[in-house]
Amino acid sequence: MTTGKTLIRGARPLGADPVDVLLADGRIAAVGTDPTGPDASGAEIVEANGAVLLPGLVDLHTHLREPGREDSETVLTGTRAAARGGFTAVHAMANTFPVADTAGVVEQVWRLGRSSGYCDVQPVGAVTVGLEGKQLAELGAMHESAAGVRVFSDDGKCVDDAVIMRRALEYVKAFDGVIAQHAQEPRLTEGAQMNEGTVSAELGLGGWPAVAEESIIARDVLLAAHVDSRVHICHLSTAGSVEIVRWAKSKGWRVTAEVTPHHLLFTDELVRSYDPVYKVNPPLRTERDVRALREALADGTIDCVATDHAPHPHEDKDCEWPAAAMGMVGLETALSVVQHTMVDTGLLDWAGVAERMSHRPAEIGRLTGHGRPVAPGEPANLVLFDPDHRAVVDPASFASRSRNTPYREMELPGRVRYTFLRGRATVVEGEPA
Amino acid sequence: MKRHLVSAADLSRDDAVLILDTAEELARLADRPVKKLPTLRGRTVVNLFFEDSTRTRISFEAAAKRLSADVINFSAKGSSVSKGESLKDTALTLQAMGADAVVIRHHASGAPHRLARSEWLSGSVVNAGDGTHEHPTQALLDAFTLRRRLVGTGLRGAGADLAGRRVTVVGDILHSRVARSGVRLLHTLGAEVTLVAPPTLIPVGVGSWPCAVSYDLDAVLPKSDAVMMLRVQRERMNAAFFPTEREYSRRYGLNGDRMARMPEHAVVMHPGPMNRGMEITAEVADSPRCTAVEQVTNGVSIRMAVLYLLLGGASPDSASTVPAATTAPALPEENQ
Ligand SMILES: [Zn+2]
Repeated sequence: MTTGKTLIRGARPLGADPVDVLLADGRIAAVGTDPTGPDASGAEIVEANGAVLLPGLVDLHTHLREPGREDSETVLTGTRAAARGGFTAVHAMANTFPVADTAGVVEQVWRLGRSSGYCDVQPVGAVTVGLEGKQLAELGAMHESAAGVRVFSDDGKCVDDAVIMRRALEYVKAFDGVIAQHAQEPRLTEGAQMNEGTVSAELGLGGWPAVAEESIIARDVLLAAHVDSRVHICHLSTAGSVEIVRWAKSKGWRVTAEVTPHHLLFTDELVRSYDPVYKVNPPLRTERDVRALREALADGTIDCVATDHAPHPHEDKDCEWPAAAMGMVGLETALSVVQHTMVDTGLLDWAGVAERMSHRPAEIGRLTGHGRPVAPGEPANLVLFDPDHRAVVDPASFASRSRNTPYREMELPGRVRYTFLRGRATVVEGEPA
Repeated sequence: MKRHLVSAADLSRDDAVLILDTAEELARLADRPVKKLPTLRGRTVVNLFFEDSTRTRISFEAAAKRLSADVINFSAKGSSVSKGESLKDTALTLQAMGADAVVIRHHASGAPHRLARSEWLSGSVVNAGDGTHEHPTQALLDAFTLRRRLVGTGLRGAGADLAGRRVTVVGDILHSRVARSGVRLLHTLGAEVTLVAPPTLIPVGVGSWPCAVSYDLDAVLPKSDAVMMLRVQRERMNAAFFPTEREYSRRYGLNGDRMARMPEHAVVMHPGPMNRGMEITAEVADSPRCTAVEQVTNGVSIRMAVLYLLLGGASPDSASTVPAATTAPALPEENQ
């Protein structure tokens, strides 16, 4: 596949009626029932056979692990995984070694992304130095760097000091930044291993109560309102959090929120296996929470889906539960899980999926080249997805360096056939190209 | 019976009664001059202890040796074992050594479950206490002690469960593996269990447990056939689970006055080690109604029964028919 012209024949943009889409010079050149003719001469032909065409997906929450934990993922392997999942842009979280808390580190990650060529990498900057929650990192310098950081997060840790959080929210207003909060009250979650409830009571594992998330979210939406800034809630996981965000939005406050695919699907019942592949932070919650999250994503209370793709080497999961690392890989299964939980259940149509996995996350991250309509003149960042395909998840086929997927051996719908980044196919028939 | 004993939930009522009946048979061995059966000769039992517990380890060791098993004590505590992978490596080592049963004590809830469901080991796994999860042989020995005291020993108790008996468990339920196994097993055996503790030491989610919960010890005592006092660590007060030791023992400790309010036949149990002056006064601990010492003796019989049934596979009757003519040394010399 060249970066020249591509003619996608018979694709359904956002699930609508089939059309042909011509890509040229990194942009969508034409969309129509027959955009052939002289313009399409010499184009590579992709027969879509009625597959759904969506704008390239945007992930607000990806752990690429480089620098520092290249044994679990690198920018190259992570972006190949992203492309394979239909993403054209990912936000790389700051909890690397060293932490992405300086202009130097965010630029390094940004350059690694550029040279990978599979997916745009937008570094997220740390809010505080070393993620320690004590002193603001040089947010302005990271913004002014080549990486142009606008999203800041201490993800993995909560900015729990109310004054630091307030100042961060205020400070980033100068360059239209946003603070993405990992909402976890630290004292309420000391020794926490799983959702606190009936299952934790039986299993004897330390509880991670919903209130530890909800109390921080409640505080932060109030702070954001008070200083008129933007706060984004990472991996919202409880029904109570949904209610707080819904209330904050009803006030017109600038709060946005994401939900992960795994929180849309799984419950803490899975922890009964003590299999650490289900260990994640925030933890898997209850059936009631899952239902509330799906409804909130459908009605827009939750703005978007973000993967929280968290690669870990095998040995960090091949052990007893309390010793295991938290997190799951998710880039390569996200769209299938969203189809399974939201589309096949009738909660969202494909336009809704495009909104929540591309337009909104791009808007929140202020990425101008992504999350655009499927229309002539727009950047050719696209994913061609076959929703009728069904397959059993085989971690061995992953492009990610890690295999810690909770979907192993599950049958999921849908398959990414092609991903285009500015007109270049980064994935061809499911494989990175 | 299943191949492993990881949780009290692994046991049906009939499994549990069979273990108690078998323990009753094996307890008679203790009265013989030679306390040893050849049943598990040539079998290897490994005591894999990631956490110190001399009491539990020697109980399992005595049980295995009285059944003539080869016993290997593997103490993983203090070595480079804080990271989880060693559980797997250790298991693979034990597998290579031909362990027929692994008795595991681990600080991580679920570690025995992982071991039993992994492909690391082919032998039986016996949970000797995991984190704040379960301690099923403790629950079995408690049930055994209760049956002997409330129903009868030997043939009088044989085949009986604990239907209708009212057992009150008092103390740090939140962090107690004894309580989790106890509630499950006692319920399986038909007992009515009531948990008593300050609300801070009752887990959120207790509503799904097959038992009642009370915060008022004095209200529950007159209706109890047995009161099981759990050890309460003094350090818990530093995490604000209760204000002071004094307040804890005033509200939830068992003293002579409170014991007097229990029905005459009711017994006091304690899994040990006791915190005298905290959850139990010396007066109660040393009274004939307290079964703490019996529980230790019964622990050996129960662990013999468990190993016997998991590894021996023979019918329990053969325990009594096996000739006692063995030249093996009696217990005291073995306890090295
Ligand atoms: Zn996080």
